[in-house]
Amino acid sequence: MTLSLGAKKAIDVALFLFLMLMGAVSVFVTFAIVWVLVVDTVRFFTHPEGGGFPISLIRFFTETQWTPTFYNKQIGIWPLVNGTFLIAFISMLVAVPLGILVAVYLSEYASWKVRETVKPWLDFLEAVPTVVYGYFALLFVTPILQKVLEPFGIPVEGMNALSPGIVIGVMILPYTASMIEDAFKGVPQYLREASYSLGASKLRTALLVVLPAAKSGVLSAYLLGFSRAIGETMVVAVAAGMYPQITANPLEPIQTITGYIVQVALGDLPFNSFEYLSIFAAGFMLFIITLILNSIAVYLKSKAVGY
Amino acid sequence: MQTRGEVETRLKEFDIEKYTTSVRRRDAIFEIVGLIATFLVMLFLFVISVDLLIDGWVRIKDGSFYTSYPSRFPEEAGILSSWVGTVYVMAGAIFWAVVLGIPAGIYLEEYGGKGKIARIIEANISNLAAVPSIVYGLLALGVFVYRFKFGESILTAGLTLGLLMLPVVVVSTRESIRRIPRSIREAAYALGATRWETLFHHILPYSLGGIFTGLIIAASRAIGETAPLITIGALTFIAFLPPAPWEDFWGMLLSPFTVLPIQMYNWVSRPQEAFHTNAAAAGFILLVIALLMNSIAFYLRYKVRRKYQW
Repeated sequence: MTLSLGAKKAIDVALFLFLMLMGAVSVFVTFAIVWVLVVDTVRFFTHPEGGGFPISLIRFFTETQWTPTFYNKQIGIWPLVNGTFLIAFISMLVAVPLGILVAVYLSEYASWKVRETVKPWLDFLEAVPTVVYGYFALLFVTPILQKVLEPFGIPVEGMNALSPGIVIGVMILPYTASMIEDAFKGVPQYLREASYSLGASKLRTALLVVLPAAKSGVLSAYLLGFSRAIGETMVVAVAAGMYPQITANPLEPIQTITGYIVQVALGDLPFNSFEYLSIFAAGFMLFIITLILNSIAVYLKSKAVGY
Repeated sequence: MQTRGEVETRLKEFDIEKYTTSVRRRDAIFEIVGLIATFLVMLFLFVISVDLLIDGWVRIKDGSFYTSYPSRFPEEAGILSSWVGTVYVMAGAIFWAVVLGIPAGIYLEEYGGKGKIARIIEANISNLAAVPSIVYGLLALGVFVYRFKFGESILTAGLTLGLLMLPVVVVSTRESIRRIPRSIREAAYALGATRWETLFHHILPYSLGGIFTGLIIAASRAIGETAPLITIGALTFIAFLPPAPWEDFWGMLLSPFTVLPIQMYNWVSRPQEAFHTNAAAAGFILLVIALLMNSIAFYLRYKVRRKYQW
C-alpha cells in the first residue's frame, strides 16, 4: 500500500484526534454522573411534597424516619445510612482479619506453586454475580444462623443484617486480600533479609517489618473494601429486608441506601414524582460517601513510602 | 536497671533450644492458620456452587427450562427471554467497551505521555472504577432513559454495562501495550513508519491477546450485574423475544428486555419455594458462564505470556 506522505500525515492527525476524543469519554461520563445526581437531587429538595427548599433539606438531616413512598412522607436519611454502615461494619469484621491472614500467607509463606493455583480462584470469586451471593445469604446463611442462634433464645428474623453482612465480607475478601498482597509486594526484599539476618522468624518479619512498612497500602485496601461493601446492592436487596430503621441490632431487618433504590426502581414511577426523585437524593448520598472513602484510600496509597 | 549479675544469671537460664523450637512452632502454626483461611475462601466458592447445583438440579437437567418463558407456575417457568436478553445486552456492552475503551487505553499509553490531559483522564478512570455500579444505573436512568428517551431498552442496558466495563478495559489495554518494548517502536520509526502504521502493524497485533483477556474479564463481571439494570427499569416479566437484529435492528435496540440475573432476583424474592428452585438453577448457569469466561481469559493470558517474550 503506497500513500502519499501528506495522506499519511493526515491519517496520523485524524487518528490522534479520534483516540483523544475516546479517551475524553470517561471524563464526560464522570461529569454526567455528577450532573444527573446534582440536578435531580436539587429537584428533590425543591419538590413541594417535601416542603420545598430549605425545609426539605432540614427534614432530610433531622427526621428519623425514611418513608418517601408512603402517604405520610418522612424524609430523614439516617435510617438508610444506619443500615448501610451496619452491613458494611459487619462485613469488615469478616474481611479485616481474614484479609490480612490470606494476604500474609500468600505473599510471605506460600510457595510459588500454591500462589499460582490460588490466585485464579480468587479472581474467579470476584466474578461471581452478586445476586448469587444474595441467594446464598438468604437461603443458606440465614437458615444456619437461625439454627445456631435460636436454641440460645436469640430470635433471628428471616431478613436480617448479619447474614448479608457476613456474605459481603467474604465477597470483598479476594479484592482486599489481593490489594494487601500488592502492598506487601512493594516492600523491598532487603528489609526482609535484614530482619532474617538478625535472627527473626518469618512470622516476626511479616508482622513487625513487612506489615508496618506496607501500612498505608493495607489501610487503603481496607478502605476500598469498605467502600465496596457500602455500594453493594443485590446481596442486601435480597437478604436484608425493606425496613429502614435506626438500630444496632444485626438480627433485625433493615434497609440500605442501595436496597431502597432497588425497591423504588422495581416499581413504575413517573419522571417527576417525589418517589422517583428520592432515589437520586439517596444515590447522591451514597456517591458522596464512597467518593470520600475512595479519595482517602487514593491519598493513603500515594503517601505509601517509596523505598 | 538490672545489675550485671542478674543479666548473667538470666543468660545462663536462657535455653536457646527451647526458644528456637517455640519460635519455629509459632511460625508453623501461623502457616497452617493462613493455609486454612485461604482454603476457607475457596471452600466458600465450592459450597455456593454445590448448594446451587443441589437446589436447582431438577430444573437444570430439564430441557424445557431453557426454552420457555417465565410463568406464574414455577414448574412451567423458564429462562428463554432472559438468556436471549443477556446475549443481546452483552453484545451491546462489549461493543461499547471496545469502541470507547480500547482507543482510550491506546491514547493514554501511546499519545498521552505525562501531559496534563492524560493525567486528568487517568485520575478520572481510576475514580470511575470505584463508583458503585448502582450509581451507573442512576446515571443511565437520568440520562439515557428520561433525557435521551431511549426508554428501558436493550440499547440503554448495553450502554450502561459498556460504561461499567470501561475502566477495566482501559487499564488492561494500557498494561498490555506497556509490555511491548520501546525497541519495537523505534525499529518501526527507523524504517520510516508513521505512528498509525506502527500502531496497526506492530503494537496492536502484539497486545491483542492481553486486550482480549481484559475484555473477557470485564464482560464476565458485567454479565452478572443486576443492580444498574434494575435501576434503569428492566422488566422482570417478559414473555416475548426482541425482534431479530437482521429483520428490525432498531426495533431490537429499543425492545424491552430482561436478563438472567434479574430473572434470578425476581425468583429469589418470591415467597414460594418452587421459585427458589428456579432461582438456584438460573444462578448455577450464571456461575458456569462466569467460570467459563474466566478460564478462557486465564488460558489466553498464559498463551500470550508464552508467545511474546521480549
